[in-house]
Amino acid sequence: MNSIPFISKRALVPGFIILILLILLAAAPSYSSAYFVILMGDVFMYIILTVSWTIFSGPTGYISLATAAFFGIGVYASAVAGNEFPLLVVIGLGGLASFGIALLVGFLTLRLKGIYFAIFTFGLVTLIETFLRWWELNISHTIGRVVVYVDNTTVYYVMFIILVVLMLTAFIIRHSRFGLALQSIGEHEEAAAHIGINVTVVKTIAFAISAFFMGAAGAVMATRWTYIEPSIAFNPLYSFIPVLMAIFGGMGQLYGPVIGATIFTYLKEKLITEIPELYMVIFGVVMVIAILYLPDGLVGIVQKLWTRIRGGKRAHT
Amino acid sequence: MRILDGKGVTKYFGGLAAVDDVDFHVDQGEVVGLIGPNGAGKTTLFNLISATYAPKPGIIRFKDTNITHKKPYQICRMGIARTFQIVKIFANLPVIENVRVGAFFGESISVSSATATKESLELLEYVGLSEVANTPARDLTLANQKRLEVARALATKPELLLLDELMAGLNQTEVAEAMQLITSIRDKGITIVMIEHVMKAIMNVCDRIIVLHHGKKIAEGTPQEITHSEKVIEVYLGEDHAGSE
Repeated sequence: MNSIPFISKRALVPGFIILILLILLAAAPSYSSAYFVILMGDVFMYIILTVSWTIFSGPTGYISLATAAFFGIGVYASAVAGNEFPLLVVIGLGGLASFGIALLVGFLTLRLKGIYFAIFTFGLVTLIETFLRWWELNISHTIGRVVVYVDNTTVYYVMFIILVVLMLTAFIIRHSRFGLALQSIGEHEEAAAHIGINVTVVKTIAFAISAFFMGAAGAVMATRWTYIEPSIAFNPLYSFIPVLMAIFGGMGQLYGPVIGATIFTYLKEKLITEIPELYMVIFGVVMVIAILYLPDGLVGIVQKLWTRIRGGKRAHT
Repeated sequence: MRILDGKGVTKYFGGLAAVDDVDFHVDQGEVVGLIGPNGAGKTTLFNLISATYAPKPGIIRFKDTNITHKKPYQICRMGIARTFQIVKIFANLPVIENVRVGAFFGESISVSSATATKESLELLEYVGLSEVANTPARDLTLANQKRLEVARALATKPELLLLDELMAGLNQTEVAEAMQLITSIRDKGITIVMIEHVMKAIMNVCDRIIVLHHGKKIAEGTPQEITHSEKVIEVYLGEDHAGSE
């Protein structure tokens, strides 16, 4: 059990669906509207933030609100390095900068538990934003920065590639002993430590891996905004929305956060453009309903139905 | 040969000495019972050995290595495994995964996935949980959860096993089975220290008993000696028990 089911029969159908989906998405810019390409760039970004958040917070149960911090670090890395280096290098730099800061912060703070960890990680967003604002006012004497423009199709493809790499990473972690260690930490951290898991190192590495992808997404997104400043780059909504999307989709399966982020981003886009005055209200209501009635998210419902169907079948044979 | 050796081991919680200047040792291959009234410092002593806390002051040696300031995961990889008074299983993971975690991480050397699975299955067979291997651990009975903790601890390939009230909350039959399990683990060559309130088990299984009271070691000896020690009878066993054994 738990070996990676690359060729098993059970993986054949989902594997086929994923393959078709990948081909459709890879070809999408050539047959779809400009609007679709821009929207999908957004969708990809939110999936990346949500799935990378789930890599760490899903199994361990540590609620991180530092997503906006790592995203913002990527945004700023892109603004600073964008003029001198090609896009892929810039993305790598954004990811690595976030990775490095997450390692440092993780080592210092992952002894905090529960609400204390959540509050600290949120504080990190404000801390970095405030520091950059101070820097711009007193040292560099600039307000914000201009980012090299990259066209929407390129943004689409780059986000797509990051997303594919992220999904592979998340899949491998989930089925590896590293993932098992993360789960044990979430189940019972003290017991995990006493059966030989170096909990600090495991948590910190997972935290840093998730930060890498957040930073990479930020680095790409910055190119679309062309002008950024601290409050844009470190918008706290980027910390909260991925959490909501993950809860909405359900974290039990890898595709849960993907579905959650996709539906949520689409809904967000539709509501902002069509009924902007009610956007936040409807958003909030959906969220409350999801938390009250969908403890395992959308995926939870699907699985429940699935077991009912399968259970029914089995009863007849 | 001494496998475990503590000198002047002390631990304060605020102003209270939970463990107070205790010297102790465990010889290779023996089963040592650790008894004492509630709050005597037994579990704290386990926590000091397994590095949940560091003694201050005091020194603990394992096979002649000073382990006083090691981390819990290092202690485990060196060969000391433990179970918990209140079970700390990975409730939402299948039973077999609980054991596999121990097999993967409990040793310094890297273990292949196939080996870990094989060893875990063998251990489940050994403790009698083969049939529930794929059940989420939360669905097991208390007795089986305790067996699972033992299997998980054994998966780390310990030389010394610390059992914290393995029999608390078990019925007569389950206690008898647990005693068999302990004897069988000892026969594998694993040294055991056990905290226990079930006197029948302690008296039958242990080679030697250490008695703690208010954090201090008040007596030490064979079950025979302990049951006849005036001091122990006074603080712990009660006169009825002394008469009946």
